Amino acid sequence: MAHPLVPVPTPETQPYWDGVAAGELRLPRCQDCATAYFPPSPICPNCTSRAIEWFTASGDASLYSYVLHQRPAKLWNADGPMSVALIALAEGPMVLSTVIGCPQTPESLVLDMPLRATFTPFEEIKVLAFVPAEARS
Amino acid sequence: MRPGDIAIVGAAESTDIGTVPNVSSTGLALDGAANALADAGLTAKDIDGITTGYFPVADISRQLGIFPKWCDNTVVGGCSWMFQLRNAAAAISAGYCNTVLITYGESGRSTRHLTNSGDFGVRGGMAQQFDLLYGAGMPAAMFCLPVVRYMRDYGLTEEQLAYVAVAQRKWAALTPRASRREPLTVSDVLNSPMVTWPIRRDMCCLVSDAGGALVVTSADRAKDFPRPPVYLLGSGGGLEAGLASPAGVRDPLHPEFIRTSGRAAFEAAGITHGDVDHLMIYDAFAHNPIFGLEGLGFVGRGEAGAFIAEGHTEPGGNLPMNTNGGGMSYAHTGAYGMLCMLESIRQVRGEAAAQIPDVDIAVCHGWGGFWSACSTLVFGAQRP
Repeated sequence: MAHPLVPVPTPETQPYWDGVAAGELRLPRCQDCATAYFPPSPICPNCTSRAIEWFTASGDASLYSYVLHQRPAKLWNADGPMSVALIALAEGPMVLSTVIGCPQTPESLVLDMPLRATFTPFEEIKVLAFVPAEARS
Repeated sequence: MRPGDIAIVGAAESTDIGTVPNVSSTGLALDGAANALADAGLTAKDIDGITTGYFPVADISRQLGIFPKWCDNTVVGGCSWMFQLRNAAAAISAGYCNTVLITYGESGRSTRHLTNSGDFGVRGGMAQQFDLLYGAGMPAAMFCLPVVRYMRDYGLTEEQLAYVAVAQRKWAALTPRASRREPLTVSDVLNSPMVTWPIRRDMCCLVSDAGGALVVTSADRAKDFPRPPVYLLGSGGGLEAGLASPAGVRDPLHPEFIRTSGRAAFEAAGITHGDVDHLMIYDAFAHNPIFGLEGLGFVGRGEAGAFIAEGHTEPGGNLPMNTNGGGMSYAHTGAYGMLCMLESIRQVRGEAAAQIPDVDIAVCHGWGGFWSACSTLVFGAQRP
């Protein structure tokens, strides 16, 4: 069995993980009230509708807040501190993730800086991460 | 249920707290339960309702010889036992049971391999899929996420954040059972090792072993017990996040669930902020009391850091807060809600180590799930 930190999809979240495997950030959206939301659910958390669709998000985001974790899990293979960040997606939802592709310092990680979604290896799968919008991972 | 209809008639910690080798979480819970029953002058035969937190109800009931007709195992993180007290009050009022034992034990330090501390990592759960991999194994990575943005928006300084720990250490110095009692300075805190920037070790709670329990019954019977009754005047609760981290909270700097909980408790008790003689705000990390003071409305947004730095919550201040030293200096097992309540109860009874004179109204506020749940309780020395 995989390491306990490796995410285990459910049937309801499988479209998200299929997107990750395809290199796309896919989010659920309500067809009745147009709310995009996270985490995935078969029921709209805004209006309780079951009319849900999945769409490919822009990947645009900004840095809401973060910490610099001095001892990240070994699975990350980090050689120093690692950002753990609250990230505001352009479509509205907030996600927990990490910002990579830049020094893990307060000087490089400036609140509200524009970010872009990317996907980074984590054991046998890939998981969501972000890079500064002007960079490419 | 009217304010004061329910009373706490027994309350105790485990015999030892701090570092308690060779006692499991279950053992700490059983020890705390036996102490609380003795405090109430009762035996297990007098108990007909039980809450057991992280344990299977049968484990604790069976080992104590309790055959409950009502139980509750609400688990929302560290403040679960505060929710359980609230639920017990409702159950007693509804006539489901008469006398409830609320039990807690957690060997957060010595026998962690035997400890089930509320499993947020259930495979396929939302936290396991979307949260825990990033902040793995460290509450300081999850709980403290809003701090940097708060510092930017409100100008809270590192020194002010450090001072929260300093102010609480002053209470711990007066408290023999506190684990860390040596004097602490802002400089000490800011020179302690970095854990999750900007959070340093001395801004984090301890990792301890402890248990504790409450015995709760109808206030109509409260005078029949040996210890002064502590009345439950009001209670509130709030839940918000769908994830373990604050990613599920709609406004992480000013969470609605704090206001929801506090308003319910204050309105039920019929009190205002000026009535509060003593305050506990669960401090897993130094910023928690800051967010609590603001969310509960004791101070305005952005004001709590300066309020604490001005000395209002430390010995001699007009709003004594976390008077056992808090999770940062007294003890913190993993879930601090029971210990937090027990200090409120000692203060209302007049038996705390760092006793505040004439505590008539005490407010106790706890968190759960790294920032996804909270509960607020109002205790009183008198039945209104």
